[in-house]
Amino acid sequence: MYDVGMRKSIITVVGKDRVGIIAGVCSYLAASNVNILDISQTIVDGFFNMMMICDANSANKEFLTLSEELETLGEKLGCIIKLQREEIFDSMQRI
Amino acid sequence: MININEVTETNQMIEKENLDVRTITLGISLLDCISSDLGTLRKNIYDRITKAAENLVKTGNEIEREYAIPIVNKRISVTPIGIVGASACHSPADFALIAETLDKAAHEVGVNFIGGYSALCAKGMTKAESLLIDSIPEALYSTSRVCSSVALASTKTGINMDAVAKMGEIIKLTAEKTKDSDSLGCAKLVVFCNAPDDNPFMAGAFHGVTEADAVINVGVSGPGVIKHALEGVKGEDFEVLAETVKRTAFKITRLGQLVAKEASKRLGIPFGIVDLSLAPTPAIGDSISDILELMGLERTGAPGTTAALALLNDQVKKGGLMASSYVGGLSGSFIPVSEDQGMINAVNAGALTLEKLEAMTCICSVGLDMIAIPGKTSPSTISGIIADEMAIGMVNQKTTAVRIIPVIGKDVGEEAVFGGLLGMAPIMKVNEFSCAPFIARGGRIPAPVHGFRN
Repeated sequence: MYDVGMRKSIITVVGKDRVGIIAGVCSYLAASNVNILDISQTIVDGFFNMMMICDANSANKEFLTLSEELETLGEKLGCIIKLQREEIFDSMQRI
Repeated sequence: MININEVTETNQMIEKENLDVRTITLGISLLDCISSDLGTLRKNIYDRITKAAENLVKTGNEIEREYAIPIVNKRISVTPIGIVGASACHSPADFALIAETLDKAAHEVGVNFIGGYSALCAKGMTKAESLLIDSIPEALYSTSRVCSSVALASTKTGINMDAVAKMGEIIKLTAEKTKDSDSLGCAKLVVFCNAPDDNPFMAGAFHGVTEADAVINVGVSGPGVIKHALEGVKGEDFEVLAETVKRTAFKITRLGQLVAKEASKRLGIPFGIVDLSLAPTPAIGDSISDILELMGLERTGAPGTTAALALLNDQVKKGGLMASSYVGGLSGSFIPVSEDQGMINAVNAGALTLEKLEAMTCICSVGLDMIAIPGKTSPSTISGIIADEMAIGMVNQKTTAVRIIPVIGKDVGEEAVFGGLLGMAPIMKVNEFSCAPFIARGGRIPAPVHGFRN
């Protein structure tokens, strides 16, 4: 398996604001042994917008599994959840 | 640390503005496959491609998933078959068998196109290359994923007018052979002046003989992103316009660079280049024409179009060059008609003609691309159109190409429908005055004086 090294991951959650979104995402991450390093959150036009910076390197499942399960969790919570490796943002937004 | 606005901006580009990586193209050298026995050669080629590319699609899909960035195409380019098949092929039918092998290998590894069914005859044509060219109509008819290209001219060598004349005939024959699908075969056939060895885009991709055994080249896209950025600077002066394009092109190219490096690392194959070309798609908003119109043109093709395209092309390069460690391929703006809804609309409105497109190719990266013309157009007229385009490339020391489709059975006012990324194309009017005696002269047009910059 290709070694991904010490990489951070970004989780974004976008959807209609409701009770339990953060709780739902956080308890999934805890159960998957993913450490949350930073959370920021805003409400834009009534839409809940959250970004988490995570360390998924000690997760108890594969990155692709995490990504798929978070997507499914999003459907359950009525929002769109995306898991991406941080480099895409670093490379596009930093020189 | 990355903040939420930056993350939102990037994801908006992907989700709403059609930002994607257009292609990861794996270049594979077939030089070590050469054999004088056709059966052995075909087996060597098949084994080499299926081995080298076995993880290409899988790795592409993984990167796509991990970064949540669409990678639209995974493709392969190979050493020009005119060289690889030279000692084994003694007839056009022999060459067509190699095309079948390429097609089979492409299906096996799951890539949607394989380029390199090519001949490099900018100065002269070997016997084998002549046979390969003769086989193109059959090869493109009997395969679905093979793409063919022929180099006809360069700034150093001039224009091989014998080959130009021959390609007029071949394009017409290919159109005839595939007339049941609106002459689709011609959409997979391109002729070049100053053909690059490392172009990742089809139909012109081939793995040049100056390249290593295998290499990863990446083509980015992103007209939709540039368009969105320009919507924010309406009415501003050219300095602001240019800076906005440059800044946006930087971001787009960084994405290409990231994907290229990542694919290279995971596949264990060296990274070659990122091609900076802005490649449109038929999707609404993912259009070069829309960008030009946003700059202030009522329709693409209006006076000012060439200047607007020059600005766009140059700023894309300036932003892109800074963003990638190695830039190559075609690198500029593509202006295919069929693959760009804005271009189609401009043609239908009567704003954009073949002659204006020709002027635009003087300053953009490719040339007359995906242009449908009446099926009745004569081979010599097609050769004349090609010769003009080759001359533009030769004199301006740039790559130019022609991918033109004489749609058999259709005329101006009708349209050809290819589907998918290739889109549809309105049939454009061609100047009907003859150039037959000019094309019939034969020989070469000598290289221009600035080809001798030593």
